[in-house]
Order: sequence, then C-alpha cells, then structure tokens
Amino acid sequence: MSTDKLLSVHNLCVELSTAQGRIRPVDDVSIDLRRGEVMGLVGESGSGKSLTCRALMGLLPGNVTSNVTAALEVDGEHIDISSTKALRRIRGREIAMIFQNPSSYLDPLMPVWRQIAEPLLSREGLGRGEARAQAVALMRKVGIPDPPNNARAYPHQLSGGMKQRVMIAAALACKPKVLIADEPTTALDVTVQMQILRLLLDLRKESGLSIILVTHDLAVVSMVCDSVNVMYCGRIVEHGERNDVLGTPAHPYTKALLSSEPSLLGEGEELKAISGQLPPLNKLPSGCRYRSRCEFVLERCADQDPELRAVHGAHLAACLRCEELAGRNEALA
Amino acid sequence: MIIAKTMGGVRRRLALPYWTLYFGIGIVIVWTALAVFAPIVAPYSPDNQILTATLQAPNSLHWLGTDNFGRDVLSRIIWGTRVDLLMGGLGVLFPFIIGTIIGTLAGYYGGWVDRILMRLLDITMSFPFFVLIIAIVAVLGAGLVSFFIAVALVGWVSYARLVRSQFLVLKKADFVTAARSLGFSNMRIMLRHILPNAILPAIVFSMSDAVIDILLGSSLSYLGLGVRPPTPEWGLMIAESQNFMGSAWWMSLFPGLAIVILALGFSLLADGVAQRLGVAVE
Amino acid sequence: MGRFKFVLLRPIELIPVLLGISAITFILVHMLPGDPAHVLLGPRATARAIAAIKSEYGLDKPIFVQYFYFLANLLHGHLGRSVVYKAPVFQVIAGHVVPTVFLVVYGVLISIAASIVLAIMAALSEGRIIDHTVRVLSTVGLGLPAFWIGVVFMMLFGIDLGWFPVSGFGEGFWGHVHYLFLPALTIAFAMTPILTRNLRASLLQETKADYVLAARSKGLSPRVVWITHILRNSLLATVNLLGVTVSWLIGGTVVVEMVFSVPGLGHLMVSSIFSRDYLVVEAVTMILALGIVGTNFLVDIATALLDPRVNL
Repeated sequence: MSTDKLLSVHNLCVELSTAQGRIRPVDDVSIDLRRGEVMGLVGESGSGKSLTCRALMGLLPGNVTSNVTAALEVDGEHIDISSTKALRRIRGREIAMIFQNPSSYLDPLMPVWRQIAEPLLSREGLGRGEARAQAVALMRKVGIPDPPNNARAYPHQLSGGMKQRVMIAAALACKPKVLIADEPTTALDVTVQMQILRLLLDLRKESGLSIILVTHDLAVVSMVCDSVNVMYCGRIVEHGERNDVLGTPAHPYTKALLSSEPSLLGEGEELKAISGQLPPLNKLPSGCRYRSRCEFVLERCADQDPELRAVHGAHLAACLRCEELAGRNEALA
Repeated sequence: MIIAKTMGGVRRRLALPYWTLYFGIGIVIVWTALAVFAPIVAPYSPDNQILTATLQAPNSLHWLGTDNFGRDVLSRIIWGTRVDLLMGGLGVLFPFIIGTIIGTLAGYYGGWVDRILMRLLDITMSFPFFVLIIAIVAVLGAGLVSFFIAVALVGWVSYARLVRSQFLVLKKADFVTAARSLGFSNMRIMLRHILPNAILPAIVFSMSDAVIDILLGSSLSYLGLGVRPPTPEWGLMIAESQNFMGSAWWMSLFPGLAIVILALGFSLLADGVAQRLGVAVE
Repeated sequence: MGRFKFVLLRPIELIPVLLGISAITFILVHMLPGDPAHVLLGPRATARAIAAIKSEYGLDKPIFVQYFYFLANLLHGHLGRSVVYKAPVFQVIAGHVVPTVFLVVYGVLISIAASIVLAIMAALSEGRIIDHTVRVLSTVGLGLPAFWIGVVFMMLFGIDLGWFPVSGFGEGFWGHVHYLFLPALTIAFAMTPILTRNLRASLLQETKADYVLAARSKGLSPRVVWITHILRNSLLATVNLLGVTVSWLIGGTVVVEMVFSVPGLGHLMVSSIFSRDYLVVEAVTMILALGIVGTNFLVDIATALLDPRVNL
C-alpha cells in the first residue's frame, strides 16, 4: 500500500429537501484513500455511509432535490462534483461500485455476460465477440466456475454468491482504480461472505485496487480493512488505522459499537446494546450529536460540536474526551 | 379493522394530486343532483317538440341548441342523466353483490367451489365482454332491463376474482387464526372479520366499473339495443344526431361531453379512493 | 427448451375454455323465444327447410343431444345457413373477417406507438408540466366513448375538412389504409389512455429499481440505461395489459364498425341481430371469442419467450 492519495474527497456535504425540511444526511465528510488501501466505512443504518458513496459518484436518486458540494480529486485530477458529465466519466473507469443485494441489482432480463460487458460495448465501443470474451475472462478472474456456460445464464439461475461475483466482475470491466463495496456481504451466507471478502483482498493484491468497504459489521472490518472511518449522523467521528481504532477506540460511539459485537469482545467483557436511536436529521441536538446516547457524556458536551482532532498520530476522533478514552484503553491493554 | 396496504411509497409517487378526489366527488354529486332535480332544473320538458325551432344552434333560449324535433338539447341532457347514472349505479350493484358472495365462498372454502369458479372465470374472461353483452341483449330483447341482466350475468366475475384473491390471502392472516382459536364460527369469521377487509379492492374497482357500465350502456343505446326513443339518453342522442352531423354539431358534441365528464368524475373518484385506502388497483 | 414445451401444451389447456365458449353460445341461441327451427330459419321457411334443419341439428331431441349435434357440426365447419344472405354462414363470415382484422391491427399499431411516446415523455419529465398533462389527458381519455369519438372525427375530418372518407372499406391496401384511418384513430383514442397510464407507471417504477442504479454506476449514458434496462423491463410488464386491452378492443370494433359502416364482423353481428339472422349472430360471437382466446394465447407465448424467469 503506497502513501500517495488515489481518491481524495474533502468537505463533502449532501443537502436534501424533504417534506420535513432541508436536511444534511452527509455533513462535512472528508476521506483520503491511498493506492491499494482497504478502508472500512462503518456506521449504523441511517448514518449516511451509503449516501456518501453515492454522492461522490453522482448517483443520488433523480427525483429528490439535492445539493452536493465537495472538493473531489481522483488520481491527482480535480473533478467538478456538480457536473453530471464529469462524474459519469469517472464512473466505472476510475471508481466503481458494488451493492448489497445482488438479486435486485442485476437486470433480470439480461444474460450475465452482457451485464458485465455492457460498458465495454457502449462506452469503449468493443464488438460483441470481443466484449463477450472479456466478460468471460472477468468471470474467470472473480472465480465463477465454468465461465463460458455461465456467461449465458440469467441472474435468477445463479446463487447469491455467484451473483455477487458477477456484480464484481461487472464493476471491474473498465478497470477502475477504486471499488466502493456497499455492504457486499450482508445479504449472503456466512461461508459465502468469507469467499467474497477473500476475493476482494485478492483483487487488491493482484491489481492494486483500492477498496472502500461500507459495512455495519465490525467483525468484517477487523478481518479485512487497513483503515477505518466511523460515521455517525452524517459525520465521521473517528478515523485511523484499523488496529488503532478497533484496539484503542477513542470515540464513545466506536466503543459502544465494539461492545455490541460479540466476536470482538475481549475476555470477560459484557455484550452491551446501544440504547436510544439516531436523532432525526431535521431536529439535531445542540452540541455533540451523540450525547443523548453517550455513556461518557458531560455537561459541556451540549455546548460545542467537537471537531475531529488527533488522538495519537493519524488516529483522529471527534470527542472532547477522546485522549482520555483512548488512554484508558491503553492502560487496560 | 386492518386495511390492506401496498407499498405506500411507490403508490404515492404515481398518484394524482390529492384534490382530484374532491373534484371527482364534486362532479358525481352535481350530476346526481341534476338527475334528482331534473324536473325543476331543466328549462324544458325533454319531449317537448317545438317544431318551429328545429336544429337551432346554441342561443339564449336554448343554451345547447335544439335537435331535429325542436327539443331542447340541454333539457334532454339533464333528463338523460337519470338513465346514464342508473346504468352506472345498478350496472355495478348487481355484479358487486353476486360477485362478492361467490368470491367469498370460493376464497374461504376453496375446494370444488373454487375450482368451478376459476373455470367459469377463464371462460367468461375469454369472451369479449362487449360482444357477450350484446349477444345476451339480443336474446332478451333490447332495453334497459336486458342491459342490467346481461351486465349482472357477465360482470360478477371481476368482483368474484378480486374478493376471492383477498380471501385467499387474508384467511391465512394472524387475526383469523386468533379468531378461530377463540371459537368463532366460520360464518362469523367470514363476514365480520375478513369481509370488511377483503371487500376494499372490490369497492375501488366498482367505481372504475361504473365508468365501464356508463360507456357500455350508452354504446348499446347508440346501437339501438338499449334505451328506446323517445327516452332521452346520451348515447341515443348521439345516434340520432348522426344524420345531422354536417348541420348541427351541437347535437353530437354535448351529449358526448356529458358522458366524458360523468365518466371523469367516477375515474377520479376511483383513483382517489384507491390512493386513500392504499389499495392496489388493476 | 422447457419454454417450448409450454407453447405446445398451452393449447390443450384451452380446450375446456373453447368448449365453454361453444356451450355459452349454444345456450344463448336456445334461449330465444319461439320454435328453434323458425327462429333460425325465419318466418317464411319452407317445410322442407324446416325438416332439413331439424335433422341437421336434432332440434326435436333433448337439449343435451342437440348440443352434441351442434358441436359435431361445428367441428365440420358447418355453421348453418344465413337467412339474410342466403349462403352458408361460414362463407358470410369469411367475407367479413378481413376488414375487422385490418382495423384491429391498424388501431393497435397506432395505439402502441402513441402510448410508448406519451409514456416515455411523461416519465422523463416526472412531476413537471408534460407529465401532468399526459396524466390528465389519460384520465379524461378513460371516459371517452368510442362511438362519440368516431362521430366527432367523422364530423371534423370527414365532413368539415373532407380529408377522409366516412364509411366503407376502400379498394386495395392503400385504399384500406385511407378509408380505415378514422376508425383506427378512434380505436387508438379508446386504447391509448389505459396503455399510457400503465406504461408510465411501469417506467417510473423501473426507474427507481436497484439494477438501474447499478447500471448508472457503470457509467452508462442515460439513453442506454433507458432503452436497454428501463424500457425493456417496463414493456414486459405492459405486454400482459396489451393482451387484455386487445380483447376489449375486439369487442369495441363492433361499435366503431357501426359508426363508420365498415363491413366487418362487428357490423355483421349488429345487423344480423336486427334482421334476426341468429345463426350468423351465434357464429360471429364464437369467432370473436376465439379471436380473444387466440390473442391471449399469443400474449402468453410472447411473455414466456421474452421473460427468462418464466419457468415451466
């Protein structure tokens, strides 16, 4: 994993007009992705992690009035995030995306090879035979058995794991540098989950693909990711290398998430559920957004909304007590 | 009472704005009022032939003109409302009742009743609705009564189908199991528990069906198989106007507009109610 | 391969339906008041003709037996003899089929073209002026009686402007096209509202589908996404409705043919009712029903062939 930045998005804000007023489900998010890095983007449903990814590819639903602002740079090149044309140019070619439920994300009426080769046919102008051959090669690369025969199959004829592999193959068709995986394993069986994750790691090793892995499952993060971003209520509340964030969490939310994940509990630790719910985006509390559910809350948490600051080197957290929380863990470690 | 709901989000996006429901209700109410108060509202009697004033274009005495017998078009339209509304109303009522009963039995008890019903359904659906009505009316003799009999004989099928499929789904619902375990009789479960829910799609459909029946009845009258002259009826008026097309456009235009507006009222009603109840149509 | 088995087996499933159709038609005719022989042959029938028809149709036998006579005759193509035309019914019908088929196909083609265009226009501008206009027009259109539209067109284009003839069938292919334009347009006006509404709803629904998002994420142009994904999936959903609508249509041509005096099956049926030529009425009813069964069958096949998920 090199140190040069492949994808850099700063101050990403997504503002939506809803029946309840204008809300900001993504509020000032910044992500720097290095070449070959696997970055985890963690948070509960509604934290804004999926929306962040869709916003930076310009894939917000068309019928919702939205306003997206950010400074976006891909492989050193500045991209105008307000230009649909510019975003469409980088889709597939620079950044690609795979989704959670492969069944509904594949067109039921199209044979699988076509769905993989589609961008090759229409954007790269390949002929049918050539495109199909490349599709078969991609299918082989992602581990689909008997590619020539399965190429003609329709999605409903394939298992969940195979369909996910098809999605990955389709995403790789135009040789992107970044792959955004939005909960790619959540809808799959556990054994298949492992296979898909291993596939993603292999792809990273072979071609230096950088991956943003969006998930709510910390166990997956601990197995696969190099770095972690924890999101809450549209903001990144903690960021750092995986061992730092998972080992010595500096934000109360991260700690709470870890305590509620059975596979990540230490010896003798209790499983704890996080009480309460995400505050509604049109009625955010003053000060820190997490304070209504925080077990370390102080009075001054209501006064200011903490910024991300360094706890220890590149490990950042947005909490007034972050050094204390991280330090406490270190003392225990 | 549990309301059967569809994916509310999808339906809302595809729906008409909310005020159209009221517009539809308004239209239907106005026409009903016209029908009921026809003797008072209509300026002339519908049979009143003023032979010195035939084929007059719309003017201050006759707002919509006169026909070839000198009868006031406006009055005939107002009086005609009675017939056309009746066609929409009774034409829906009989199939509704028959279809609901049969659909309930078939959906709840299943078995051979259901199988026979499905076969009947297949057969009736493969007949062109209109042709079958005409054939039945031909046999029974032209007239409004024949129309109602024909529509009842053929139209119950759609209602039976709707009610039956609701029963098939609902009889497996938790609240039914609960009722059974409390010892309620089949009849009671059928009528008081399931039926109120199952009947909703049928009610929504009945309003679109009213449109179909109005069009059907007026078409039959146009062909000469429905209401007989000199009864004022919109379809019949259009048929009578055809010989005078070149000279008296008002004879053809206004009765047709009446049909369109009344039908629009029922359509908006149907869509609006469907939207409100969250029931899937079609 | 399983799909082709479906195509072959389906006709067998249709047999009970066809039997039902023949039974209903049979019952209808036998409900007519009066002596069946006179009903079918008219009041001025000769004794010889009456005797002949009695033996041909077993008219003095019990009703079930009569039905079998009827079926037997049917299968041999013996539909009886028309009182009015003084010719075998089969022949009379054969002479009237072409205008109806031409009219139906003509009307359907115009409808499909118009619906696709209007639905796409509406879906593309969802929530804005064009969309609202299309929706309003569709809702209003549902209540347009075909006969009135026909009369209005006749007045406007036939008489006032004189662009099109107002009755008849014309000679030769292009003659038919010219003479049947107004009737076909009338049919189209009756069919298009419901097709448009349905297609528009499908399009809007598919636009929000997950696989469309996935397609967009591959960087495909909006045009490609629309045509290869959204439109294809929506059309499939609408094919079934098309089948149902065409069935309606076949009934609707009765009225349109009467308005424009097109010498087709619909016109034949109505005039035969008035002239008490009941054998013809019976036969036309059956033919039209067969037409519907046939159309539905074609629609089923089309759906099976187009949708790879249909497994049989």
